[in-house]
Amino acid sequence: MKRILFVIAVLGILGLNACAAPAPTAAPPTAAPPALASDTPLTVYAAASLTTAFKEIAAEFEKANPGSQVEFNFAGSQDLVAQISNGARADVFASADLKNMDALQKQALVGGTPQVFARNKLVVIVPQDNKAGIQTLQDLSKPGVKLVVADKTVPVGNYTLQALDKLSADATYGAGFRDAVLKNVVSQENNVKAVLSKVSLGEADAGVVYSTDAQTAVGKVLTLEIPESFNVLALYPIATVKAAPNAALAEKWIEYILSPQGQAILLKYGFIPPS
Amino acid sequence: MRANGCRAVFFIMAFSDTRVGFARPHIRYARILFLALASLLVLFLTLPLVALVVRALPLGLDAWLNETTLAALQLSLTTATLSALIAFGVGTPVAYLLARENFRGKAVVDTLIDLPMVLPPAVAGIALLMAFGRRGILGATFSAFGIELPFTTAAVVIAETFVAAPFYVRSAKAGFGAVDRRLEQMSALLGVSDWKTFWRVTLPLAAPSVVSGLLMTWARALGEFGATIMFAGNFPGRTQTMPLAIYSGLEANLDSALALSLILVIVSFGVLLAIRQVSPKGLTLG
Repeated sequence: MKRILFVIAVLGILGLNACAAPAPTAAPPTAAPPALASDTPLTVYAAASLTTAFKEIAAEFEKANPGSQVEFNFAGSQDLVAQISNGARADVFASADLKNMDALQKQALVGGTPQVFARNKLVVIVPQDNKAGIQTLQDLSKPGVKLVVADKTVPVGNYTLQALDKLSADATYGAGFRDAVLKNVVSQENNVKAVLSKVSLGEADAGVVYSTDAQTAVGKVLTLEIPESFNVLALYPIATVKAAPNAALAEKWIEYILSPQGQAILLKYGFIPPS
Repeated sequence: MRANGCRAVFFIMAFSDTRVGFARPHIRYARILFLALASLLVLFLTLPLVALVVRALPLGLDAWLNETTLAALQLSLTTATLSALIAFGVGTPVAYLLARENFRGKAVVDTLIDLPMVLPPAVAGIALLMAFGRRGILGATFSAFGIELPFTTAAVVIAETFVAAPFYVRSAKAGFGAVDRRLEQMSALLGVSDWKTFWRVTLPLAAPSVVSGLLMTWARALGEFGATIMFAGNFPGRTQTMPLAIYSGLEANLDSALALSLILVIVSFGVLLAIRQVSPKGLTLG
């Protein structure tokens, strides 16, 4: 029983230390309230692949709209939809595919009409030293090539399979191309960044990622383009969220993304302008 | 100053009652508080597992017996068993030497062997790539001979052994340390060789710790995820063990993920229970 009391006493001391700790601080001057305290920040929920481009756009946007402040939540589009459906407070949603925007629309959680603001395409990447000597898409079917792709449940993995189907339908590649390439797959990664890292580490001979991902690893990977006729374009739609706390600024953000300034930054990071 | 005053007041509050002699009501409070906190933790630990069972049990046969699930189950059982065997083979001498011999740098060796137990598995994965990957310190040499470990089943075994073997060494070391040396000396006096003495006397006496260590290693290997996915990748039938299949299946096939999760929970529970039975002092991890 004494032991129990002792334990409580020890816990209490720890607790009291916590209570005592802030006491001696000589009341630091409380930070001056921000000049525009009434302005709530704009909350943008965006697909992870938009991270670098959107951050740069935000810096420009804040300059163009003095007093405004942009906050981000970057994650997989599917996660973002789940968060918004469960009541997360968001002003804008930018998805990496139409599927997830549709999912949000079906729940009547989208404010306006979604607009496609960017597109992304698939590229093949190889390590900088390209030891496997991959020069053409045909080389991906050479026996012994170690290819890493995203799992078919990941959007980019699904697109990869679609591109392989298109290539196989073409006489240049032949009907057996798809299976020959899939035979070389050594790993089905759970996200596009894992594909990128396995290739840039040189563990795999080649991988399939978005062109925007390839651009983030310039110097570590070389890019092999997939011709437009075989490529699969990922469409990125953007829309305001219903009951957005900051609807006016949300509209402005979408306008800015679609403006020449916003588009120029997206282009810089490898996104393709909407048709 | 203020903190000291604070503490003094508390000490008086905490101990005055026993001195004055009306301890009972306060002790009852302590007991109620402890019971409440204890039930909270037990509930917190149990609820997710109960939820898993509730969701997984009514699943149809397809969730349990499909190609992906069975391939993952088979691969996991094979690789975890191999890891445990490797741990036994090379871990036993290490455990014995650490328990019996004194040498310079023993504390460092001891600590190094414990290290993988606390390292985040992702760190283990990246470290394995740096060592055994194609461009790794040793991997580059392997590569020259045409041996490439990443993305193979061997890589899974390596990742699992790296993460799980320390559990065996720790447990076996404690077992060897507790063996009565006089019995070994007697065996030597009777003219039995060192080698035979080890197998006939030392190992059987340390058996409870050795077996519980092996079980612990096997269970840990079965659950390995982070190092495996980084070092061995994710390919059904080759490197996709149960935890990887659960992670990959979460979006596409939640049912299979639930089924595999339940299997892992049941197996892990069984292993921990078995360890309690085997080891006289219960779970020996230290």
